[in-house]
Amino acid sequence: MEQYSSKVMEHFAHPHNVGEIENADGVGTVGNPVCGDVMRLYIKVENNTITDAKFKTFGCGAAIATSSMVTDLVKGKTIDEALAISNAAVAEALGGLPKVKMHCSVLAEEALKSALDDYYKKKGLPSPVKVPDSHGHEHEMA
Amino acid sequence: MRTVYLDHAATTPAHPKVVEAMMPFFISKFGNPSNLHDVGREAKNAVDEARAKTAALIGAKPEELFFTSSGTESNNFAIKGLAQANSQKGRHIVVSQVEHFSVLHPVKTLEKAGFTVTAVAPDRQGLIDPAEIAKAITKETVLVSIMHANNEIGTLQPIGEIGKITRERGVLLHTDAVASVGWVPVDVRALGVDALSLSGHQFYGPKGAAALFVRKGVRIKPQIEGGVQEDGRRGGTENVPGIVGLGKAAEIASAELPNRVGALTPLRDRLLAGLQGRISDMFLNGHPTRRLPHNVNISFLYVEGESMLLFLNMEGIYVSSGSACTSRSLKSSHVLSCIGTDAAAANGTLLLTLGTGTSGEDVDYVIEKLPPIVQRLREMSPLYEDMIKNRNRS
Repeated sequence: MEQYSSKVMEHFAHPHNVGEIENADGVGTVGNPVCGDVMRLYIKVENNTITDAKFKTFGCGAAIATSSMVTDLVKGKTIDEALAISNAAVAEALGGLPKVKMHCSVLAEEALKSALDDYYKKKGLPSPVKVPDSHGHEHEMA
Repeated sequence: MRTVYLDHAATTPAHPKVVEAMMPFFISKFGNPSNLHDVGREAKNAVDEARAKTAALIGAKPEELFFTSSGTESNNFAIKGLAQANSQKGRHIVVSQVEHFSVLHPVKTLEKAGFTVTAVAPDRQGLIDPAEIAKAITKETVLVSIMHANNEIGTLQPIGEIGKITRERGVLLHTDAVASVGWVPVDVRALGVDALSLSGHQFYGPKGAAALFVRKGVRIKPQIEGGVQEDGRRGGTENVPGIVGLGKAAEIASAELPNRVGALTPLRDRLLAGLQGRISDMFLNGHPTRRLPHNVNISFLYVEGESMLLFLNMEGIYVSSGSACTSRSLKSSHVLSCIGTDAAAANGTLLLTLGTGTSGEDVDYVIEKLPPIVQRLREMSPLYEDMIKNRNRS
């Protein structure tokens, strides 16, 4: 298998933002243990800005590293800015991912979108978020 | 930092005496065994000697042993070669579902060529019931192939009992013994097999040297054609240094075998018991006693295998994982799924395989280092969080 970048290994060995947020404004859980990874992302939102993000992940090195990175990226961002974060941006921030692990960055994006969707729903607002439900098919492509 | 290699099922280091035996055959004794001159004869004699030593390890006659390049080639050779050479008898093959892909894929190829296949399911501990083999054999059956020991979960199959059935029914029996030769006693007559695959690097021989035993009188179709080497069964100039190394590894294994089993079994059990005492929600895959003496295959719930593997790597402990994420195909082990291991648990599986150099201190080091890794990953796992919440609720 392709090697992980040093950035991936750094985030895997010392992940940022592990944990739960009590009374989070948005929680998203995506993935499937059968496929080998489940991500749960918590966000705290104040004045339309994400003030805190935490995660819990069951998964491989890349799944943990992308979770760590996406929570880093999203902190301090407005909702609209957060919605624009793509899987490619997460992978790029990690110095790239092995091809067979790109689906982990997709999962990180989905976890974020799912948490944002939950945020809208909790507020009773119509959600502009399209939560992609592609997981499971990624594996076939990889 | 201490380093502990517990991945001997992936490959073993060559024994220093193996390398020593091989060295002359690269430069000073470089001859081609097919040549009649002295340089060629020297190489031919060395290959003959290695053949005798390798045959002795499995209770075969030297002329029943054909050298190949790998366990995969031996399995391909056996499955395709035996089926094709004997297809006048019938075109049905019986295998188990937990065979190595180097058996299952050639079988699939034969299926496309008009053979039919029955894949027998194992029980929860990975055992194949000989009665199921008896049931699967039809008038059309030409070949049964059941592995001697499973390379992942270590379960030893009742090949001797299956051999009785295949002999009675006049069906050929091949066993993939790549995972077991050199680790447990293997005798082709006691097992009653017509063909058996083994591979050098699995038991302290070099990579690139393996063999297929084919019982005298059994027809097999060559798969590598063009030369008359290996009695016309396998063309190509012999890998003389590799074959000499395989012979040496076989000689060492023959001498050490009783001690290997005796030394490894308690270490294996110590490793398992030590982990069981310190980690909750884990279970052993495979049979508790009818297993390879150096194989420990464990599923840890709520954590993923590759993550454990990477953290162990940072501690200098080298193991394998059965998780989907570790494999290129991103599919978890077909063996674990066949024995009914829950798919999520399969993704939290580690395979630890000991070797002749593994010490009690090595085992204790793993027992010390692994539990905090599992705990750390569990604290990071949403599956663990859900389990705790559900437990507190009920």
